[in-house]
Amino acid sequence: MNQVKNFTKGFIKENPVFVLLLGLCPVLAVTSSAENGLGMGIATTFVLVSSNMVVSLFSKFIPSKVRIPSFIVIIASFVTIVELVMQAFAPALFEALGIFIPLIVVNCIVLGRAEGFASKNSFVSSLVDGLSIGLGFTMALFILGSVREMLGAGSILNYKFITGDGILVFILSPGAFIALGYLIALSNRVKKSLYKS
Amino acid sequence: MEYIIIIISAVLVSNIVLAQFLGICPFLGVSGKVSTSLGMSAAVMFVMTLATIVTWVISTYILAPFSITFLRTISYILVIASLVQMVEIIMKKISPPLYQALGIYLPLITTNCAILGVALLTISKNFNLLEGIVYAIANAIGFGLAMMLFAGLREHMDLMEPPKGMRGVPIALVTAGILALAFMGFSGLVK
Repeated sequence: MNQVKNFTKGFIKENPVFVLLLGLCPVLAVTSSAENGLGMGIATTFVLVSSNMVVSLFSKFIPSKVRIPSFIVIIASFVTIVELVMQAFAPALFEALGIFIPLIVVNCIVLGRAEGFASKNSFVSSLVDGLSIGLGFTMALFILGSVREMLGAGSILNYKFITGDGILVFILSPGAFIALGYLIALSNRVKKSLYKS
Repeated sequence: MEYIIIIISAVLVSNIVLAQFLGICPFLGVSGKVSTSLGMSAAVMFVMTLATIVTWVISTYILAPFSITFLRTISYILVIASLVQMVEIIMKKISPPLYQALGIYLPLITTNCAILGVALLTISKNFNLLEGIVYAIANAIGFGLAMMLFAGLREHMDLMEPPKGMRGVPIALVTAGILALAFMGFSGLVK
């Protein structure tokens, strides 16, 4: 398998958020600022890469009837690790992300990659796949977080570039839906011009 | 009175879908028709209430006394996954018509973050069992309300022609945003 192609697919062609529309709950919930989006993206990437690696190593030994529960246990273990590490070293981020850290367990992207890719492919391919999809997810969260923070608070990564308030609705929940809607429309356009079919 | 406040705040003020962003996948995925979203909401209500009761008991009588609360995520997701499986088997045996109506939605519910989310929120809000049950039912009603409203809007959207680039998911998301904006009118109803 071509690893370069495998690595680049997660950014535009098979971007989990903009193209596959998977795992939208954390995408909408935690992107009120670019910083939170980045934190959530990195946490998910860690879980995705680790669970992909373990699943690809063990998939030969797991009977196919109990494979989904086994994958869930593997994923849940890594989520618990992330939860504890984040609580210890980044308590402010842990507070901001709230229940969406334990909810990485039910993020369809993670289980989807474990079942759809890692259980059928080699260790290296699975690692690269996890990294690619994870970074694509992080990129999407960072873009959405930046757009919402810029429009809603007039700042980027807590650096303020306008005086006064922004359009407050973009920080609040309706802005998440609206901003993501327009970003998906934009990414469809970009994808169409990059991959003419 | 306390229960009424829990219900109003869960259904209207901090609606599970539109304000807390839980259960977005079924909200966007199965909201094409009013009838399917009704089935999905009923299945969610059933599983959500059961899951909240079971996880509350596990958390209070097993995890907390033995101070192994770090196992919360793993134990909850396993309990919910097996619960859904069990409900499916029992329903198939006891009530085939109900299984026909709700069965196809049940496997989807395991990875519905609303179920795990409500179970986790019930613990973090320090509810007792009865409050937890009321909270779960109210959240399920809130989920159903958002689903039905959105499905009704989407049925009408088939008739109109949005700009080419906005067709499909983008226009659905913007519509959901406007719906969320409408629900923000309820904020401040409960302190």
